[in-house]
Amino acid sequence: MNKLGLIIKREYLSRVTRKSFILATILTPLAFALFFVVVGFIFEYESDESQQIAIIDEGNIFKGVIKDEGNMYFEFVDVPLETLRANFEDYEYDGILRIPKIEDMLATRLTIYYYSDNQPTLEVETSIRSKVADNLREYKIASLQLDKAQLDALDMRVELDPEPLSDEGSDATSLTSAIAAGIGSIMGLIMYFTVFIYGMMVMRSVMEEKTSRIVEVMISSVRPFQLMLGKIIGVGAVGLTQVVIWAILIPLVMMVVNLFFNFESPAMGDPALQNMNPDDMQAQIGLAMQELSKQNWWLILPLFLIFFLGGYFLYASLFAAVGSAMGDDIGEGQSLTLPITIPVILAFYIMMVSVQSPNSSLAVWSSLFPLFSPIVMPARLAFNPPFWEVALSVVLLVGTCIFFVWLSGRIYRVGILMYGKKVTLKELGKWMFYKD
Amino acid sequence: MDILTLVDVVKTYDKHTAVNRVSFNVPAGAIFGLLGPNGAGKTSLIRIITTITRADSGQVFLDGEALNSRHPEMIGYMPEERGLYKKMKVGEQLVYLAQLKGLSAAEAKKALGEWVERFEISSWWNKKVEELSKGMQQKIQFISTVVHKPRLLILDEPFSGLDPINSNLIKSEIHELNRQGISIIFSTHRMEQVEEICEEIVLINKGQNVLQGKVKDIKHAHKDNLFHIGFEGNLPVGLLDGLELVQQSAESVTVKLPDASHSNPLLRHWIDQGIRIHSFHEILPSLNEIFIKRVEDSNLAG
Repeated sequence: MNKLGLIIKREYLSRVTRKSFILATILTPLAFALFFVVVGFIFEYESDESQQIAIIDEGNIFKGVIKDEGNMYFEFVDVPLETLRANFEDYEYDGILRIPKIEDMLATRLTIYYYSDNQPTLEVETSIRSKVADNLREYKIASLQLDKAQLDALDMRVELDPEPLSDEGSDATSLTSAIAAGIGSIMGLIMYFTVFIYGMMVMRSVMEEKTSRIVEVMISSVRPFQLMLGKIIGVGAVGLTQVVIWAILIPLVMMVVNLFFNFESPAMGDPALQNMNPDDMQAQIGLAMQELSKQNWWLILPLFLIFFLGGYFLYASLFAAVGSAMGDDIGEGQSLTLPITIPVILAFYIMMVSVQSPNSSLAVWSSLFPLFSPIVMPARLAFNPPFWEVALSVVLLVGTCIFFVWLSGRIYRVGILMYGKKVTLKELGKWMFYKD
Repeated sequence: MDILTLVDVVKTYDKHTAVNRVSFNVPAGAIFGLLGPNGAGKTSLIRIITTITRADSGQVFLDGEALNSRHPEMIGYMPEERGLYKKMKVGEQLVYLAQLKGLSAAEAKKALGEWVERFEISSWWNKKVEELSKGMQQKIQFISTVVHKPRLLILDEPFSGLDPINSNLIKSEIHELNRQGISIIFSTHRMEQVEEICEEIVLINKGQNVLQGKVKDIKHAHKDNLFHIGFEGNLPVGLLDGLELVQQSAESVTVKLPDASHSNPLLRHWIDQGIRIHSFHEILPSLNEIFIKRVEDSNLAG
């Protein structure tokens, strides 16, 4: 086996067999699941405070219509408010609700009164308001002799269906851009985290080799460039392994969670969705699935892989160069890592804007610029960017990547043998031009 | 036949000349001392020989061949600052380092087996390096340096940090390896070790070669013709005439002769005078003295 292969193998195996790696790989999806279960429970949580509420219905239209719900018990009383208030202690009510008589059928506002020394909880308040409003609506429809079907017809949902002008363009639906933005954000997010997590891993590992002084033994057997490249490839393979495992485990765990707990997703609590009729909902989900399957995954996934590798190699090599210049003290390296982390963070924000307007000039130019493209371009892939943009972006990225790996190699070979000196960026620049 | 030849080697780092036209050669099978004070350029020279860096100019020949990418496998190098992968198991680490020196995994295991047995450390095979004491780590480091049977072994301060027992162990291993035909470069500034171990030395100061040769020859070249004579009784008056008296006590004198060839006539003369002599030996300068003197001289000259 050649030496580069040996180095890659060691870098890979020494990490994936480590307990911390195995734990992180398995526990992360479980942590996700736990998070969702907890969030689910929090959203499902209902107050266990029982509430006894007396209702004084002055218009006499709600009796028998407003019903007990959950922990809220309603009782219609004929006792005047003053008597109730005076002897509040004797009655075991938590509050008194007074609904004034409706004088004007065309009024759009109605104030109802809740008497209690305790503020009504948000839950109680919302529940009472919506009960009164809903039943009042029914009452008004009946009193004004309106046609309910006609009324419902007034609330229309308008959808926009983008249609292609030319024949080649693919037919899109109202969900196309939302789905594309979703796919884009997820890809951009994965890129962002992998660049940071595994780039930093490379940096730390270079530092460890330097401070433990094994590096001098190593480079008396192999070229410094082989050692650096082997490390970058090895850690990259670790990253791929972890991402692939997560890509399989996380959806799987989520499915299991859904199966066992059957939470309504928080978004379902949204009144707009609640009012949507189930058929509509079914149709929307179907449409979303259809959109997902319509994506050209055979193009998107390989391209994603290319950008993943390109971005990783580009940044990992920079992190390796910086790691080689650092001493024992990580803090002292802050000023050196900053120039690397800033473009990554910028790219992340540009990515978030780009999924909103994927063809803006910011998005287009950023997806060509090699320091940003690994994060921004994957986010645009689902929007069918022009072929030449993707091709140019890949060419620029690969070219820059090779250049940066070479450049970092030149810094690395000097840095790993340099001890006890606080290194500045300017010095790093000088190292590139040192002779072997 | 020389295992290593350096011709006019120059290495400059950012305006600082670390190695300035150094030439010397290491005979095959020798134990060769590379000496010099701190910062003299020893490490820079070693890094050039081990192909870690390249000379700016000049030539290096290993076994008669200009230095090339196949040579690292013929060299075993133990740097002054020892280092191993702390989290790696001893066995895995040794096999890995041996593989990087061109051995197959099977060859590495076989060769390592012998060493592990010799050093009685087979119980460490599955331990992590960080679990071992410093002395144990040094043994592992030594094995990793020699397991691929290098033609040339370069040891930078091999005894630093070793207790006397391990020092002796490594020392006897060095001699054993040398007997097997491995040439050894031994870099240090501990002169007593050099005198004990090395047959030949080169002395580097400020990047320049100030002295080279066999230890014995160098000592003779630097001797001051001092002789120590131990005797009984009183010295007759006039016996010290023509001699430079360096030191005198009741029963011994140290004298300086104009020439080493005067020693026999002197002795004969004293015996003829009826002096009972019970010791007579030449005082040779220690390498340490020569080292300090030459370094000071070359610093003054520079």
